[in-house]
Amino acid sequence: MNMQAQNRQTAAETALLDSYNAQIGELPGNGAVISARDRLVDDLKTNGLPTRRVEAWHYTDLKTLLRSIPASGPASSVRNPAPLVDAAALIKTRQGEADGNVSVDGIVVGSYADMLREGTAAPGLSVIDKDDTIGKINGSFVRDGYVLEFPAGAEIGQPIEIQALHGAGQAHTRFPVSFGAGSKATVIERHIQTTDGQAFVSSVSDISLEDGAEVTWIVVQEQGADDTHLAQVRVRVGNNAKLRLFVINAGGKLVRQELRIDVAGEGADLQLRGVNLLGGDTHTDVTLVLGHNVPNTTSTEIFRNVVFDRARGVFQGMIKVALDAQKTDARMACNTLLMSDDAEFAAKPELEIFADDVQCGHGATVADIDDNHLYYLMARGIPHNKARAMLVNAFVAEIVEELEDEALVEALEAIISNWLEKHA
Amino acid sequence: MLEIRNLHARIAEDGTEIIRGLNLTVKAGEVAAIMGPNGSGKSTLSYILSGREDYEVTEGEILYNGENILELDPAERAAKGIFLAFQYPVEIPGVATMQFLKVAMNEQRKARGDAELSTPDFIRKVKEAAAELKINPDMLKRPLNVGFSGGEKKRAEILQMALLEPKLCVLDETDSGLDIDALKIVADGVNALKSPDRAVIVITHYQRLLDYIVPDTVHVLYKGQIIRTGDKQLALELEANGYADIIGQAA
Repeated sequence: MNMQAQNRQTAAETALLDSYNAQIGELPGNGAVISARDRLVDDLKTNGLPTRRVEAWHYTDLKTLLRSIPASGPASSVRNPAPLVDAAALIKTRQGEADGNVSVDGIVVGSYADMLREGTAAPGLSVIDKDDTIGKINGSFVRDGYVLEFPAGAEIGQPIEIQALHGAGQAHTRFPVSFGAGSKATVIERHIQTTDGQAFVSSVSDISLEDGAEVTWIVVQEQGADDTHLAQVRVRVGNNAKLRLFVINAGGKLVRQELRIDVAGEGADLQLRGVNLLGGDTHTDVTLVLGHNVPNTTSTEIFRNVVFDRARGVFQGMIKVALDAQKTDARMACNTLLMSDDAEFAAKPELEIFADDVQCGHGATVADIDDNHLYYLMARGIPHNKARAMLVNAFVAEIVEELEDEALVEALEAIISNWLEKHA
Repeated sequence: MLEIRNLHARIAEDGTEIIRGLNLTVKAGEVAAIMGPNGSGKSTLSYILSGREDYEVTEGEILYNGENILELDPAERAAKGIFLAFQYPVEIPGVATMQFLKVAMNEQRKARGDAELSTPDFIRKVKEAAAELKINPDMLKRPLNVGFSGGEKKRAEILQMALLEPKLCVLDETDSGLDIDALKIVADGVNALKSPDRAVIVITHYQRLLDYIVPDTVHVLYKGQIIRTGDKQLALELEANGYADIIGQAA
């Protein structure tokens, strides 16, 4: 009885498999890629979407939450949003396919569809572990994306914006990006809704930082109110490399943002910052799996979450410190403002420490707006909603301001205040 | 300008009655001092005037320019020109002082139907007012009140008052925590705002502040009622003899 219930295919699961069958012969890929795809789809078919019984998906029961999947369709939008910062070089995908020919001074830009056709993409279509549902879905359906190569020593002053435009329908993209030794760059990965109607999006960024690379990588998720967004950032940080990773979620109906980070080189440093703006009847899950795998590495992780209406948020933060990763210093914090009685946030920090000489800490807070602060602002003539928005802004601004780059800070603050104007 | 009639109020949370039948009239152009021992309801009165939600008015009314303001929230009252300089201004991390000043000034202007200030006009006004109050411009770069000393906080309150140009200024123990130099600066700031269409209510424990901000009327508040009203002589009398005599007479 139980087994039957577990194996019953949901409408979304059926639609997913049907969608794959409908695209056989159409999805790009040589023999190796096609067999990799087939294996992933078989896995999805056999195991189904994860339920709350799967620990990694305990707070995001995908089988229940994912109600339907739109058909994959051609791009219908011609919307061309401006880049987040004026100076940025734009690299666009539209409905999961490369949009226009792209060249950016100083870096090598290739087509991921070509990698699929040539078969060089096949090894990367593997999953990280058996619960890597995003890897499975993306590997099955991915059509295109960009391969970026920052040559060793390159200092790219101009920010690069990967602008992934998603309208109604499906889009599955992948971005393998390598930063050569000693290179410096800022990359903005932005997912934007372009038309109304339900979008089903999966995206995997596969990033490596070679020795001494210094990278700022910013993920901006602004999908539509009906959209499902399943995304993964896979990172490997090499010797003495520094990664500043900033993630902002300000959209979507059902969102899972996974950060799978391997701190793999001595002297490496990760600064992870996240802002989650949640409202309406939405569900947003940020799951971090961070491995400190060698000695002498440092990381800090700070998330600020603001939850309005009946929204639900999840943060799972797993830090694993390997047996020989002595002198690791890792600090994680997850702070949440609950703005309504029906808002929910689940924070699950996990530390798995096998080394004995490390500094590791985590803290989680949940609070409401401070009434004394609200009263003070109102006593100066600032109306209730505006005062509330100012205080929410203050709560998240601290994290944004750490980025220091003035244009970036301003652009991100604008996203936050626009979002608050619509939801607060 | 302000007429409080038979006001009764209690703490919303536990129902403790603090104001018990208070009557007070303050005319435009007047400086009124409210004095009284600890726990007499002075701060509570200032909070109730500003519209703080923690207090519940159970009886009576507060007329401001003839309008009952009890149904208005703090922002609406502020936009109508009521300003409370707090005894303990709160620190608000993450809210930049300049941004706060600009939003407050413009929201009040909007509520009154005036055009918003341009940024250069705004900056000029702040610089001028800050210089008058001997406020270090670096202080304005910090988040609101964060890391300000006690004296800096009080001066920042008077700066806000000068910029917002309220009609009814309520100063809640603005002298506490000020040294004599700071006290003079703050008093000068208040005196500069005195005008025939503006009233000032000074709440204080001590006569000292009243040497610098000279009151037209002095009211003694005790157990939630005004038990004695007089002119500035009354404050001197209190300074010399304490509250015991007056309380004894009232009882």
